[in-house]
Amino acid sequence: MVWQWLHRWGSPRWFYEKTGPWVAWLGLIALVLLVWGLVWSLGYAPIEHKQGQSYRIIFIHVPAAFMGQGVYLLMAFCGAVGLIWRVKVCFMMTKAAAPYGAALTFLALVTGAIWGKPTWGTWWEWDARITFMLILLFLYIGIIALQAALPSRDTADKACALLALIGSVNIPLIKNSVEWWYTLHQPATIKIIGKSAMHESMLYPLLLMIFAFWILTAFALLLTTRVEILRREFRTRWVQDLLAAEREEGKS
Amino acid sequence: MTPPHLELRNLSCTRDERCLFAGLNARWEAGDLVQLLGPNGCGKSSLMRILSGVSREFEGEILWRGRKLQEQTWEFAQDLLYIGHQPGIKKSLTPLENLRWYASLSGSASDSQLIEALAQLGMAAYRDIPCGQLSAGQLRRVALARLYLSRAPLWILDEPFTAIDKPGVARLEARIEQQIQSGGLVLITSHQDLSLAGVKTLRLEDFRPGAGGLL
Amino acid sequence: MSQASTPGLMRGFAASFRRDLLIGLRHKGELINPLMFFIIAVSLIPLGVGPESQLLARLAPGVLWVMALLACLLSLDGLFRSDYEDGTLEQMLIQPQPLYLMVLSKVLVHWLLTGLPLTLLAPLLGLMLALPAQAYGTLCLSLFLGTATMSLIGAMGAALTVSLRRGGLLLSLIVMPLYIPVLIFGASAVSYALDTNPQSVPLAILGALLALSLALSPVATAAALRMSTNA
Repeated sequence: MVWQWLHRWGSPRWFYEKTGPWVAWLGLIALVLLVWGLVWSLGYAPIEHKQGQSYRIIFIHVPAAFMGQGVYLLMAFCGAVGLIWRVKVCFMMTKAAAPYGAALTFLALVTGAIWGKPTWGTWWEWDARITFMLILLFLYIGIIALQAALPSRDTADKACALLALIGSVNIPLIKNSVEWWYTLHQPATIKIIGKSAMHESMLYPLLLMIFAFWILTAFALLLTTRVEILRREFRTRWVQDLLAAEREEGKS
Repeated sequence: MTPPHLELRNLSCTRDERCLFAGLNARWEAGDLVQLLGPNGCGKSSLMRILSGVSREFEGEILWRGRKLQEQTWEFAQDLLYIGHQPGIKKSLTPLENLRWYASLSGSASDSQLIEALAQLGMAAYRDIPCGQLSAGQLRRVALARLYLSRAPLWILDEPFTAIDKPGVARLEARIEQQIQSGGLVLITSHQDLSLAGVKTLRLEDFRPGAGGLL
Repeated sequence: MSQASTPGLMRGFAASFRRDLLIGLRHKGELINPLMFFIIAVSLIPLGVGPESQLLARLAPGVLWVMALLACLLSLDGLFRSDYEDGTLEQMLIQPQPLYLMVLSKVLVHWLLTGLPLTLLAPLLGLMLALPAQAYGTLCLSLFLGTATMSLIGAMGAALTVSLRRGGLLLSLIVMPLYIPVLIFGASAVSYALDTNPQSVPLAILGALLALSLALSPVATAAALRMSTNA
C-alpha cells in the first residue's frame, strides 16, 4: 500500500497535477497568518521589561531558526526516501529546498545579530544558538555548492541526498558539542530565550509566527519543486501539452 | 551449478533524462562471443558497466546463471573479469605489484604464475619497472595479463585492443578463442574487426528510442 | 596457469592495505607536505599575535588543533583521486570483497602516513607555543584519536568530490562543519589539561566519535564512491 502511494506521488506528473490547486491556497493562508502574526507580535505583544522594544525581533528570529533546521531535516528525509526507493520527486524537492533553507538560516543569523546589538552591545556574539546557526548555514552552502559543481544531474541529485543525510546525522552532534563548548567558556550568561520565563502573552504570538513560517515554507517548497519538475520534464509530452494550452489561453 | 549464461530482460538505461537504450532482451550461453556494435556515445560503455556491476543505474533484469545479479554479488564477482576503458593499473607500482593485488583479491597466485602471465604479453622483462615509465600500449598489456590469470567464465572487455599492435591482437584473439572453447562467455567492444569465427553481434542503436523523441 | 583458491576477506584487506601503503611510501615527497604546512602555519601564529608566552600558551590548544585539522584537510583531496583517474576505482567496485573494507584500508593508510606523523610532531610545536608540560600527553592522545576520526570523516567528502577536477576547495567546504565536534572536544581536552582538570569527559567523547565514524563513515564513503564512479 505504502509502495503504491510512494510510486504514485513520486511520479513528477502526478505530483505536479495534484498539487496545482494547493499552491494558491497555501499562499493565501501563509499571507494571512504572516500578516496577523506580524501585527500581533510587533504591535500588540507586551514589552519585555529587561530588553524593551528591540526584543520583538525574536518573533522573526525564532521561527526562522526553527524552519532553517526543519528544512534541513526535511531535505535529509527526502534524500533518504529518494535514495532507497529511487523516487525522483524527492530529489527535486531536495534541490529546491536547499537555497530556501539557507535563506531562512541567513535570516535567523541576521535577526540574531540585530537582536544582539541592543542586548549585548555587539553585532556578533558567539553564543551557542548563533554559532550553531552559522554552522548550519555552512552545511547548506556545502550542499548548494556540490549540487552546482557536479555536471551530471543524476549524480548531483544522489550525492546531495547523501550529503544531506550525513549532515543530518551530524546535526545533533554539532548542536550538543557547540552547547557544551559554550558552557565551557561562558558559564553564567543570558540565554536568548529563557523557556520558563516566556509569558503566555508572548508565547502565543510566537507560536503563531512559527506556524505561519511553517505554512510559508510549505508554500515556497511546493512552488519551487513544481518549477523544478517543469524544468526537468521539459521534453516530455505532458509538459509540452501544458505549455501549449497556456499559450492558447494567453492568446485568447 | 548451472552453466554460465547471461540473460537480459527488458533492460533500459536513462541518464540525465536521456534514454540510452530501452527494451533490451538477450540471452547468451557458454561458448558465446558477443560483440557490441554502435557508434561512440550510444551507450556501449554504459551497457558494459551495467553488466559488470560497476553501474546500478538500470531498469529491467539481469540474470547470471538464472539468478538476479543483486542476489549473488559475491558469486558474480568471482565469475567476472572486467577490463574497462582505463587499464586499472597503478602507475606508482610495478606490473608485478599490480597483478599481485588483483590476484590476492580474486584468490591467490604465486609470483611465478604472475610472471608467466606477463610473459605471454611480452612484459616479463618489465615486471619490476614502475608502470609510470611504461608506454600506453605497455600499460594496457599489463592490464590484459589478467586474461591469463583468471578462471572467471564471464569476460567483459571494453576496447581491449586499444594501443596493441597486430601480433599482440592476434595473440589476444587466440586467448579469447581459448576461453570460448572452454565454456566461457565473452562480451567485447572493439573498433577493430575481429578475425574470430562465430561472433554474435548486438547493435545497440536498434534499442534506442526515436532520436529527440518525446518520452 | 590460474589461481587455486577462493577469495577471502582478510586476505583482500591485507592485500589492499599493503598496496596502499606501498603507493603512499613511493611518493615520499608528498608525505612531507602536510607536516611542513603544520610547522609553518603554527609558526605564523606568534608572528601574528606577538611572542608573549602567556598569550601563546592560552592559544596553544586551539591553534595546534586547528592547524592539525587544516593539515589533514589538505591531504584528503588525493585520497581517491588517482584511483578514480586510472580506472582502479571501477575495479574496486566489482571485486568480491566489499568496498567497505577497501575504503577502510585506504583511510587507515592515510592516517598512518598523515595523521600519525602530525600527532608525533605536535609536542615539538607545542614547545614553540610555550605549552606547559602537563598538557603534552593529552595533546598527543587527543590528536591520536582526533586525526583518525578526521581521516574517516574526510574520506566521505573526498569520495563525494573525487569526480570533480578541482574538488579541493569544495571538499574543505563540505567537510569542515563535520569536523567541528572533533575540534571542540579535542581542543577542550587539552585546555582542561592546562588547568589540570580531569580530561576524561572530552577524551571519552573523542573516543566515541571515533567509534561512530569507524562504523558509519566507510559505508557512506563506499556509497559516494559508487555515485562518483558513475558520474
